[in-house]
Amino acid sequence: MASLSGADAGEHAHSWTNVLAVDAPANPWLSGDYVRDNREQLQELLLEHIVLTVETIVIAVLIAFPLAILAHRFSRLATPVLSTTGVLYTVPSLALFAFIAPFTGLRARTVLIGLVMYALLILVRNILAGLDGVPDDVLEAAQGMGYGRARMLWRVELPVALPTIMAGVRVATVSTVALVTVGVVVGYGGLGLLIIRGFQTFYRAEIVTASLLTVALGLTLDLLLAGVTRLLTPWARSRS
Amino acid sequence: MNVLGEAVVWLNDPLNWQGRNGVPFLAYEHLYISGAAVLLAALVALPTALTLGHIGRGGGLTVTVTNVTRAIPTLALLTVFAATAIGFGNRATIIALSVFAIPPLLTNTYVGIRGVDRDIVEAARGMGMSETSILLRVELPLAVPLIAAGVRTAAVQVVATATLAALVGGGGLGKIINSGFGQQDPGQYVAGGILVAALALVTEGLLALVQRQVTPGQDRARSRRSVRRASDAGAPVSVS
Repeated sequence: MASLSGADAGEHAHSWTNVLAVDAPANPWLSGDYVRDNREQLQELLLEHIVLTVETIVIAVLIAFPLAILAHRFSRLATPVLSTTGVLYTVPSLALFAFIAPFTGLRARTVLIGLVMYALLILVRNILAGLDGVPDDVLEAAQGMGYGRARMLWRVELPVALPTIMAGVRVATVSTVALVTVGVVVGYGGLGLLIIRGFQTFYRAEIVTASLLTVALGLTLDLLLAGVTRLLTPWARSRS
Repeated sequence: MNVLGEAVVWLNDPLNWQGRNGVPFLAYEHLYISGAAVLLAALVALPTALTLGHIGRGGGLTVTVTNVTRAIPTLALLTVFAATAIGFGNRATIIALSVFAIPPLLTNTYVGIRGVDRDIVEAARGMGMSETSILLRVELPLAVPLIAAGVRTAAVQVVATATLAALVGGGGLGKIINSGFGQQDPGQYVAGGILVAALALVTEGLLALVQRQVTPGQDRARSRRSVRRASDAGAPVSVS
């Protein structure tokens, strides 16, 4: 990464000034011109990337909660639920897209289904760990105060488990942002499209700009979710 | 289920089992790339984590490395390395994949060393053992079960992500899926998906057996628990 702009760009700029027929055209790692010329497409693909990520996480959370709560309540279900999602997680993303594509076609939906499956494992495992980690004396105290099962879950268990659950949501979100790029094989990979196109045309600025944008998106969403966690758990803040 | 039939036809075609684009050679290439990547990662991660674990510093480092690498799309790193002086091909793939194998190795080794009972270390010190032999002859053997779990996680993840090398001109079984998508041949990409998924699951199964072999009976439950505790602390053990 040291040669990202400095030495490499300088070398090319130098060779550019005394133009010879054999000189390769400048191919810098970073280029303001590239960003200016392709602003519209960059915005469009960034938006596609964000939409795919948000849809994935929302759907995965909606499926993961009932699964994790069932596995928590009926502990005999915990092993099958975790091992099924575990096997799904072992299957490489490219293979998963290959299995889904014949049924759903080369569409955004194919990528979405694959991404939801991966996010599920992380979420189910963390929600379950959070719920299982609620101390017994807290549960007994709530029981003694006359809390029923539903109210206990909603008012005691979920709030206590929230930090662990949110940690899972953050990991799932960052992983999803990175995985969206693989969707390029079925035509919907957000910024992954530019990474692959930059590779095919050996256009360094395109590869690096798209890669950096993807990393920045992941880290930004992670920070946002960290902020949300702080807002949702004021008690944890005052304690530390 | 028509596609599955096409996949079976593809898998039964003897032409697909011959030469440099045949299944046996690609599977060998896949395993070679994966093995080299895990070895490279182990050479970096194990000494670092052993030292940090022994002196009890750098717990934050393992978490940071894990979080940062998670945000980098595999595809981006593969492409960026291919566009540097390393050039296209398996060398760039091996280096890129090893970056993603470092976090599980680092975290598990660190947690494994830290998890050794302090009384045992004190006893060894009282017997006059040097710091190096405490690390190599006391802490390391006791940490082997957790290190094995880390190797398993890293290896399975590398075998899975090695599939993506095909998107940037590398070898391995991913080539079958990628050219299947390129030729819009569902039979081929589903067949490739089956092969890749099978290789990942077999790797996972074999390494699970190895991990069981090196874990003493009474420790099996314990090491599972401490891995889970480590993941609660914000450093999940398996995320690709």
